[in-house]
Amino acid sequence: MNSYKLSHLKQLESEAIHIMREVAAQFERPALLFSGGKDSIVMVRLAEKAFFPARIPFPLVHVDTGHNFEETIQFRDYLVKKLDAQLIVRSVQDSINKGTAVEEKGPNPSRNSQQTITLLETIEEFKFDACFGGARRDEEKARAKERFFSHRDDFGQWDPKNQRPELWNLYNGKKQVGEHFRVFPLSNWTEMDVWQYILAENLEIPSIYFTHRRDIVNREGTLLAHSPFITVMNGETVENKIVRFRTVGDMTCTGAVESEASTLEEIIQEVAAARQTERGTRADDKRSEAAMEDRKKQGYF
Amino acid sequence: MSQTTSTKESYSTESYLNMDLLRFTTAGSVDDGKSTLIGRLLYDSKAIFEDQLEQIEEVSKRKGKGYVDLSLLTDGLRSEREQGITIDVAYRYFATPKRKFIVADTPGHVQYTRNMVTGASTANLAIILVDARHGVIEQTCRHSIIASLLQIKHVIVCVNKMDLVDFKEEVFNTICSDYSNFASKLSIPDIRFIPISALLGDNVVDASDNMPWYKGGTLMYNLETVNISADLNFIDARFPVQYVIRPMNDKYHDYRGYAGKVEGGIFRPGEEVVHLPSGLSSKIKSVETIEGPLAEAFPPMSVTITLEDDIDISRGDMIVKPNNQPEVSQDIELMICWLNDKKMNTGGKYVIKHTTRDARCVIKDVRYKININTLNKIEDDKTIGLNDIGRIVIRTTTPLFFDSYSKNRATGSVILVDEFTNETVGAGMII
Repeated sequence: MNSYKLSHLKQLESEAIHIMREVAAQFERPALLFSGGKDSIVMVRLAEKAFFPARIPFPLVHVDTGHNFEETIQFRDYLVKKLDAQLIVRSVQDSINKGTAVEEKGPNPSRNSQQTITLLETIEEFKFDACFGGARRDEEKARAKERFFSHRDDFGQWDPKNQRPELWNLYNGKKQVGEHFRVFPLSNWTEMDVWQYILAENLEIPSIYFTHRRDIVNREGTLLAHSPFITVMNGETVENKIVRFRTVGDMTCTGAVESEASTLEEIIQEVAAARQTERGTRADDKRSEAAMEDRKKQGYF
Repeated sequence: MSQTTSTKESYSTESYLNMDLLRFTTAGSVDDGKSTLIGRLLYDSKAIFEDQLEQIEEVSKRKGKGYVDLSLLTDGLRSEREQGITIDVAYRYFATPKRKFIVADTPGHVQYTRNMVTGASTANLAIILVDARHGVIEQTCRHSIIASLLQIKHVIVCVNKMDLVDFKEEVFNTICSDYSNFASKLSIPDIRFIPISALLGDNVVDASDNMPWYKGGTLMYNLETVNISADLNFIDARFPVQYVIRPMNDKYHDYRGYAGKVEGGIFRPGEEVVHLPSGLSSKIKSVETIEGPLAEAFPPMSVTITLEDDIDISRGDMIVKPNNQPEVSQDIELMICWLNDKKMNTGGKYVIKHTTRDARCVIKDVRYKININTLNKIEDDKTIGLNDIGRIVIRTTTPLFFDSYSKNRATGSVILVDEFTNETVGAGMII
C-alpha cells in the first residue's frame, strides 16, 4: 500500500490537461469551442491550468445562433476579459444572410442544424485543425462511442463505424490537408463530475443555472423561456415560474426545470436526485431516436 | 428492480472528492448476457435515468420483447440497434459512494479482437462472462488471453445464467476448476469467481438467496473493494516531456517549464535528474501547478517541471533519475495486435508513437504469431492481419526511451500509424 492516491476527479482533471497539451503539441491551429455553458467553462479552466503560467495558446470560438440567453453572452464577454483570452464570434445570422444556411420554417425555428454550417465555415475560414468540444460520453448514447481525438473528413463529417482505435494514452492526430479533429477532453466526465468540479474550483457560471423567476411557455412538457424567438401557439399560455436551466443552449430548444436551487450545493443535491438526464430537457434530441448520431455525422459539435 | 439508496449522502462534496476511480472492461460472447449485466449495474447504481428507461421500454415493446431489454442502453449507434449487436467500444459511467467506475463495454465477436484490446488498454480490471450452461469455451480463453497480454492484473470471472442451471454449486465449481487449469499458463495475478444471474440480479449488487452456498462477495462488492493502488509504477521515475511552456512575457521572461504527465516514480524539488537523450544532469527546481508549487508529483498527475540548469529540452524527450534509467534503443521487440483490414507489411515502414515521441520504424521480422484461443505459437504462417497478435522486431529511425510493458504500461506501449492513410493500424507492447 502507498499513500500516493489521486482522487477520481483529480485523475479526470489530469487526463483532460494531458489531452489539451497533446493538442497544443500535435496541431498547428487549435481552437476551443465555447458556448458559455458549464462544460465549456470547465474546459476553459482546464486550459488555464494546462498552460500556466502562459496564456491559453488558442482562441475561444463561439458560434452564435442569435437565440442565446442574454446572460450567457454577458458571461462569455466577462470571462474572456478576465482571462485576457482571444475570442472569435461567428454568427448563424451571417450564414443565413449569405445564403449558405436557410432558416427553418414554422412557428419557432430552431437554428440547431444551421449552427453546424456556421461552425464548418468558421473552421474553414481560420483553418482550424483541431477544435475542442466539451461533450461528454455520458450525455447521449451516440456520444458514448466517441473518441477523445475524433477524426473529421474534409466535409467535417464523422464516420462512427470507421473510427480510429484509441489505446492507452496515445492519441493519433495525423490527418490529410483539409481534414480536422474534434477533441473531447471531458469524455470521461459525468454531469455530476462537472458540477463537483465547478464547486471544488469555485468557478463562476451564468446566472441562468440558478433559480430565478421567468415567463415560461409549456410546450409538450418542455418549459421554454418566453422570448422574441418563441411564438405562443393556440392553447398555450405564458406563466411566470420559479425555474433554472440544467444546460445552456438556444432559447428555442432549452427547457427549464422548476427549481429553487440557488447555490452550487443545492444544484448538486438536485442533480443527485434527478430522474431525468440533463439532455431530457433538450427538445433538439427528442426529434428521433438517433437525432444526435445524425447531427454528429454532419459535423455537429 | 430494487434501488440502492446511497445517492444523497454520497454526493456530499467532501466524500465525492475522495472517491477513487476504477476502469474495467467487460468481455463476453454474443448471448452470454453482457449488456444485461452492464444494464443491471447501471440501473442498480442509479446511473440510468427515467427518460432513458422510458425510451428503452418503448423500443422493447415496439420490437415485441416481453421484457425491458437493458442491452438497448449500451448499443448506441443506429446500425447496432438494427443488427442487435455491439460494433464498437462503448464507455459507460456509474458511481457508488466508494468508487467511480468507467466501463469499457467491448463486443465479443471473433472479428472484434481489436475492440477488446482497445478497451483493455486502459482497464484495471476485466469482467469475463461465462454462460453457466456452456462453461469455459474458446471465446472465454480468447478474452482471458487478451486480458493477460494487456497486463490486466485483476480478472473477475462471472458465471452467468445460474438460474438456468438451478443455481447448482457443482456447475459453478466445475467451471471454476476448468478456468483455473486454463489460466495457469496466463499471467493474471488476481482471479476471482462469482456465480450470478444478470437477468434476475443474483449476486450482482445484492447477495443471492438462491445460492446460499456462495460465501464470496457480490460483483459490486468486489468492484468496490479490489485494491488497485499497487497497479501503477511508483518506483521507476519517468517524465516524458509533452510540451514546453514559455510564457515570454515580462513577469516570466526566461521561464521554461516542461509540461507532462508523470508516467512512473516520484519527482521532488531538489532531486537530481537526467535528461534523455542528451544524458545531461540537472536538479528539479520546482514542480508547478496553477494552485502553486508541489512537494512531489506522482502518477498519473499532469504537472510542469522546471530545472536548475538551462538544457535544450523539447517534446519527446524524457526526464528520469540517474540511477534508474529506461532502455534506450532503436531495435525493439514487441507483441503487436493488428487493428487494420490491410495486413501488416513485413519490411514495410510505419509511423510509431511512443509516449510523447514520434518516429518512423521498419518491421524487420515476425518471430511468430499466436493462436489467441490457445496461446500456442504459430511459426509456419507469419502473416499478421486484422485481429492477429504476434511477436515482431522493429527498428526505429531514432532511439526510444522505454521499459517493458510488464514493468510500465505507459512507457512500454506503442501504436503504429499507416504513413499514407494516417490510420492507427497496430498496438504494440514492448517485451
